[in-house]
Amino acid sequence: VEGLAPEHIADILTDTFGEKIQGTVLDSAHPHVRVRPDAWPEVAKFLRGDPRMKFNMLRCISSVDQLEDDRFEAVYDLDCMLGETNGPKNWSRPQNVSIKISVPRSDPHIPSVADVWPAADWHEREAYDLMGIVFDGHPDSVDTPEGKRPRRILCPDDWEGHPLRKDYAFPMEYHGIPAVTEYGQTRPVH
Amino acid sequence: MGLSLPTAPRGEAGFFTTKLDVVVNWARQNSLWPMPFGTACCAIEMMASAASKYDLSRFGMERMSFSPRQADLLICAGRVAYKMAPVLRRIWDQMMQPKWSISMGACASSGGVFDAYSMVQGIDTIIPVDVYVPGCPPRPEALLEGLMRLQDKIKNATIAKDRWQTAKRQALAGATP
Repeated sequence: VEGLAPEHIADILTDTFGEKIQGTVLDSAHPHVRVRPDAWPEVAKFLRGDPRMKFNMLRCISSVDQLEDDRFEAVYDLDCMLGETNGPKNWSRPQNVSIKISVPRSDPHIPSVADVWPAADWHEREAYDLMGIVFDGHPDSVDTPEGKRPRRILCPDDWEGHPLRKDYAFPMEYHGIPAVTEYGQTRPVH
Repeated sequence: MGLSLPTAPRGEAGFFTTKLDVVVNWARQNSLWPMPFGTACCAIEMMASAASKYDLSRFGMERMSFSPRQADLLICAGRVAYKMAPVLRRIWDQMMQPKWSISMGACASSGGVFDAYSMVQGIDTIIPVDVYVPGCPPRPEALLEGLMRLQDKIKNATIAKDRWQTAKRQALAGATP
C-alpha cells in the first residue's frame, strides 16, 4: 500500500491548522512537524481520525532535555498500520510521521493524548517520571501539592526529582539506605 | 580382665557422646532451605545450580522454599532497585531464626555496574550478609563454593555465640522482632 510522503502530510497539517503548526522539518533523518502544545489534542484527533492520516498507532513518546535552550521536547512517533490478521491483506505501514512539542523548562505542561492513543498512558507516565513533563488530563493522575500529576511508573511513588534531567542531583540516601555514586562511601556494619 | 564396656543388645542401636553444638550445627548445615530471591541473570545460574548437573540437593538443599517462613537461607541473586528494597527487607524479617543470607553476584554485593541513582549499592545496606559470592554472574561452582563456606561458618558456630551474635546484629540493624 502506498502512503503519503512526509512533505504531503506536513502540507495537509499546515493547511488544516495554520498557526497551530509551528513549523516542519523535512530535510532531516527524522522528519517531523512541530505543534503548539495547546493545539495538540485537536491535532492528535485529526491525525488519528482523518481518512488521509489514519495514524492509529503511537509507537513511542520520547522526552528530550534541551538544557541549553531551557526547554523540554516531547517527540511522538506515529505509524499508520493497515491490514488484517489472518486476512487476505497483510499488515503494512504505508506512512509514518513524527510530532515534536516544545515546552519551557520552567513550566512543562502538555495535554495528555491517552484518550486518543491508549499507548500514550504508560509513555506519558514514564516521561513524567523520568523527565518531569506534566501531561495535563492524564487518566492515571495523582494529587500533589503542585497540582495533578501523572502517577510515576518506574521510580518509587515517593521519589523526589526526575532522574533523566540533565541537572538532576543524585540522592545520597533513600529512606536510610545510603545511595552511592562514587567510590569510598562508608557502609553500615551489621 | 574386670573391664566391661556397655554394649547394645543385638538388634538395638548403640550411642555415642558428643557436644550439643556439633549435633545442632551438623543438622543445620546439612538442611539449609534456600529462599531464592532472584532478580536478574544471577538467578539463571542459581537455577542451574539447583538442576541435575550441579545438583544443590547434594548439600541438603533440594527444597527451594518460596515461602520465607519455611526458609533459613536467603540467596539474593541479582540487582536490587530501591523500589525493591522494602520487599527484600520484609522477606528477611519474615524468615525464622536461625537464618543466613548469601549475596550472589557483583550487583547484590556492591551494586556492580549499576552505579546509578536507582540501584541499591550492595544489599548489605539493607540486610546482614554472611557470604558474598563474586562474579558477574558467578558460575554454579562459585555459588556451591559459597554455600560450602557458609556451611563451614555454621559448623564453627556455637549456639551461645549464635544467640549473642543475633542479638547484637538485631540491635545494630535496628530490626523490629
